[in-house]
Amino acid sequence: MTATVEAVETVEDVPARVETPFRRFVMEYSESKVAVAAFFGFVAIVFIALFANWITPQNPHDLMQIDILDNLLPPGSEALVGYTYVLGTDGQGRDMLSAIFFGLRISIFVGVASGLAAFVIGMFVGLISAYAGGRVDAFIMRVVDLQLGFPTILIALVLLAALGQGVDKVIFALIVVQWAYYARTVRGTALVERRREYVESAECLALGRFRIILKHLLPNCLPPLIVIGTVQVAHSIALEASLSFLGVGLPPTEPSLGLLIANGREYMFGGHYWISVYPGIALLIVIGAINLMGDQLRDVLNPRLNR
Amino acid sequence: MTAFIIRRLMQSVIVIWVMTLIVFFGVNVIGDPVEMYASDLCNQACRQRIVESLGLDRPIFEQYLVFLGSALKGELGNSFRLGVPSLEAIMARLPATIELAIFAMLLTVTVGIPLGMWAGLRPKSIAGRLIMGGSILGFSLPSFWVGLMLILIFALQLGWLPTTGRGDTREFLGLEFSFLTVDGFRHMILPGVNLSLFFMALLIRLVRAGVREVLFVDYIKFAHAKGLHWHRVIFVHLLKNIMIPVITVLGLEFGGLLAFAVITETIFAWPGMGKLLIDSINLLDRPLIVAYLMLIVFFFIVINLTVDITYSFLDPRVRLQRAPS
Amino acid sequence: MKRLVPCALGVLALGWSAAALSDELVIGVRTEPQSIDPHWNSLSGDKQVEQHYFQRLVHMNEFSQPVPQLAVSVEPIADDTWEVKLRQGVKWHDGADFDADDVLFTYQRLIDKVPGAPSAPFHAIGRGNKQFKKVDSHTVHVTTDGPYPTLRPDMGGFAILAEHAASGAEPSVDFNNGKAAIGTGPYKFVEFKSGDRTIIEKNPNYWGDAKTWAPKWDKITFKPITEGSSRLAAVLAGDVDVVDYLPTADVARLKKDGKIVVAEGSSDRVIYFRMHRRDIEPYVTTNDDKPMFPNPLLDWRVRRAMSVAINRDAIRDRVMGGASIPTGNVVPKGFFGHHEGIETDPYDPEESKKLLAAAGYPDGFKITLHGPNDRYINDAKIAETVAQMWTRVGIKTAVSTMPRNIFFTKQRSGGPNSQPYFQMPSFSVTLVGWGTGTGEALYSLDGLVRTYNDLAGHGYSNSGRYSNLRVDVLISMAEKELDDEKRLVHLREAAEIALRDYAVIPIHFQVNFWGLRKGLKMTPQTNERTYGWNIDKAG
Repeated sequence: MTATVEAVETVEDVPARVETPFRRFVMEYSESKVAVAAFFGFVAIVFIALFANWITPQNPHDLMQIDILDNLLPPGSEALVGYTYVLGTDGQGRDMLSAIFFGLRISIFVGVASGLAAFVIGMFVGLISAYAGGRVDAFIMRVVDLQLGFPTILIALVLLAALGQGVDKVIFALIVVQWAYYARTVRGTALVERRREYVESAECLALGRFRIILKHLLPNCLPPLIVIGTVQVAHSIALEASLSFLGVGLPPTEPSLGLLIANGREYMFGGHYWISVYPGIALLIVIGAINLMGDQLRDVLNPRLNR
Repeated sequence: MTAFIIRRLMQSVIVIWVMTLIVFFGVNVIGDPVEMYASDLCNQACRQRIVESLGLDRPIFEQYLVFLGSALKGELGNSFRLGVPSLEAIMARLPATIELAIFAMLLTVTVGIPLGMWAGLRPKSIAGRLIMGGSILGFSLPSFWVGLMLILIFALQLGWLPTTGRGDTREFLGLEFSFLTVDGFRHMILPGVNLSLFFMALLIRLVRAGVREVLFVDYIKFAHAKGLHWHRVIFVHLLKNIMIPVITVLGLEFGGLLAFAVITETIFAWPGMGKLLIDSINLLDRPLIVAYLMLIVFFFIVINLTVDITYSFLDPRVRLQRAPS
Repeated sequence: MKRLVPCALGVLALGWSAAALSDELVIGVRTEPQSIDPHWNSLSGDKQVEQHYFQRLVHMNEFSQPVPQLAVSVEPIADDTWEVKLRQGVKWHDGADFDADDVLFTYQRLIDKVPGAPSAPFHAIGRGNKQFKKVDSHTVHVTTDGPYPTLRPDMGGFAILAEHAASGAEPSVDFNNGKAAIGTGPYKFVEFKSGDRTIIEKNPNYWGDAKTWAPKWDKITFKPITEGSSRLAAVLAGDVDVVDYLPTADVARLKKDGKIVVAEGSSDRVIYFRMHRRDIEPYVTTNDDKPMFPNPLLDWRVRRAMSVAINRDAIRDRVMGGASIPTGNVVPKGFFGHHEGIETDPYDPEESKKLLAAAGYPDGFKITLHGPNDRYINDAKIAETVAQMWTRVGIKTAVSTMPRNIFFTKQRSGGPNSQPYFQMPSFSVTLVGWGTGTGEALYSLDGLVRTYNDLAGHGYSNSGRYSNLRVDVLISMAEKELDDEKRLVHLREAAEIALRDYAVIPIHFQVNFWGLRKGLKMTPQTNERTYGWNIDKAG
């Protein structure tokens, strides 16, 4: 157990050394070639998503630019207006390539925003619950129970009915749905950590509560959280697709990757595979990159791994 | 311990009550049930009759008080659309859901934990990398899509398994179960796999992370140094130490599988509770939705209680009976 | 994947020949019954199963025209009285005789209201203050307040129950367990397991012959499969024999493959757009998002511009799998009150732009089109496609689709100035559907284009609040006219005025697809239901 305490100490001592914490972090992260590749891959995807307007042949959100008469064309077909539909078109005549690039932006935004927000909220609620214990813990955990017993579809429906359709509402629904999972998991881990010697010794040193939570408890609870976190970002994206499948997701004229896949499912048995498969591949690449990064981050940030 | 459980159950009554409050008013926000049942020929007078027939003509808080009154007597009201007591309708669907959930859970554990450990113990091996890569598939693809692909491949292309439905059932303890017949079991496989994939992937990653971490901890090193046999080290010391997050996730999973297998049950036309819930939501069947979610919250409370108790067995450092501070 | 499917189909085709010999039928349906009690609700999923064991005085045939079933004739004998002659020799499933007492009992049950029922067929008895009187054991007189021409379709709206079995029965529950589910139909009710199956079997003592719905199958099982792709997979794999609502995306290919039989039939359901007519509409704005006054949708030229901007043929070919019937009517061909003279608007974007310019909107304006996404065939897709077409002529259209449980409430209420007893719709332009289930135009015009009137019960689906005095007068004349010829004139004139005025913009009548295992054939129904007597072995 002494190793653990030392590990925590070294992290705190870092500023005193020559190498900055950032450089140290980069060095450790770069140890895995795959993770570096994943990082650059993700940067490239984000770049594509951000600048989709400039690099796609078509703006799939602009109804002026898409034509129903061009629908369901296989990959490589010529458009009425001159360019080539590299990945074919969907049921409305959207260029799949453009739709995927624009969809990436929406999906990544939805996934990361809702995943991160739920992660942060759940983490703090869970930590507070574990550290404070007693009535606070009981109250928070009962709220978690309540939340877990609430189906996503119902929350999404209520939000859709009350506030209307939109990306922000979907993100809100996904945060509401997911924070409880984090809270519950963090609390479980933190309950164990809380009883460990390093927390007790920190308490003996009369360190402030929040200092103990943030600097001691949190880093040691992170590893399983990062696993769930990276999975959950991916899951948010998939969950958004499921909401679209149930008809309570995004507006149909501004499809996310998930919505594209959901729409494509109807054409799958009829041989129009490209509508569903290409967005699926794009989704896999994004999620793969995020997870490979997450795996490496977990190893780097884990104070307990002897490096 | 007993005091702990009693206190927890008392808290749960409050949670269930809050749930009824939220759901009762929440369903109202979504829409008006009358619109779901009125046919194209239903004029204003006809609609008014529906309102009266469903008891929606009184102010909503009054409706709620009536509901609460009968709920205290143990009656949760009749389902609007089915016309049978809500609890009865839910219970009729319970066996199908429970067997599917347990089956999916078994799949998750028996496949997920060994694969996760393998990937953790041999992270650089090809198998280890494949497992981790494959697990990405498990949680990134939307489950409706995976479900349809499973049908396309295993039912249509290979013809090994049936596409949808529950198949033959056999009575056991007064309830109908499919896993007891060959035909029924064949019907369970695809939805079971579809349901378990996400959590299997999550479990693989959690176990791997846990193993990687614990391997470096001193007591494992000591155990090795003491010359304990490797599989005792792995199965006793190692597993025990990665169990807390695993148990938490499994607990949550089981609740989720029971309550909200909405997508899987829709795709595979599985007559379980998830399908009942989504059908009820679609037709704004408020009495049934309320009863259903009361039951589900209760499930989650029991599951989380079990998980918390398990913590204390797994790790003596977690104490249950801390005095309220 | 392209290669996988046909190869899979080839394997499956081998398995079918054996199954074709069986006299049992498994039908995969999109919507299952909610209850076996025929007076519990009016949902189509319930009715299509129920009509196999419970029969009605009048049956609506495959073109939704009334034909006698338990009655042999329904004829007016005075201005306010109809004589219903009942069929002799009809027996209930338990052997008892059917007579006028059963009809009176059934009617009384409806009047007394089935407690808790979400939508007993009230509409059929709620109008005209009908009184049933027994004349002899097989004759009933129905009196109404004044002339009531639509009694026949009304009699087709509710099932007749057996007095001895159903009196005192607990609604829904006693029917689900079979106690009160005693009918006169060609099939007997066997079992209902919500979410899983409904099973019916042949009634060996059925009163009728091959012309009157005689049973062709020993046993029929209805299995609910909600998801369209799963339904298709189930019939492709041979797990079920017939499925309804085949997803249109696959139809062209399935027809070409010939692995299953595709049956198609036009429906009585028209899909149309409704433009709302308040002074200021919440979802109609200028190009820079300012409210518009006056509401451009009040201008006939704008409404016509919207109609001619729609390429109905493209919707049929590109969205509906090649099958829909573009129309300018609300009542389909062959139905009483259909008007040949109302032509389908041509697709003419140039005229559309000119009309908009003439109306003072050369640069167009912005609207949001609202619609359901789980109610009609390809509803959300049609909305998206029409949004494209309107955007092209300058009406920049955003699309918002939602599940029906949200949509239909908001379509009726919750809008600006809404208050209890004065509900205003939330939306400005909506995509909706309307089924003429009664086979004639009166109810359709009454519901769709008559002035909204809560007290009199008129214009109940007229959420756009279209109002035209001439239309109202013609409809109320038709309502009191027993002479079919004169009534037809009124109805056609009312329809012509309202539709030329674009009270609504019709797009098409739906065409439904069924998928059948090879070796089966079927006669489709305009009311979209799947009946066992319509399905036959081919050859």
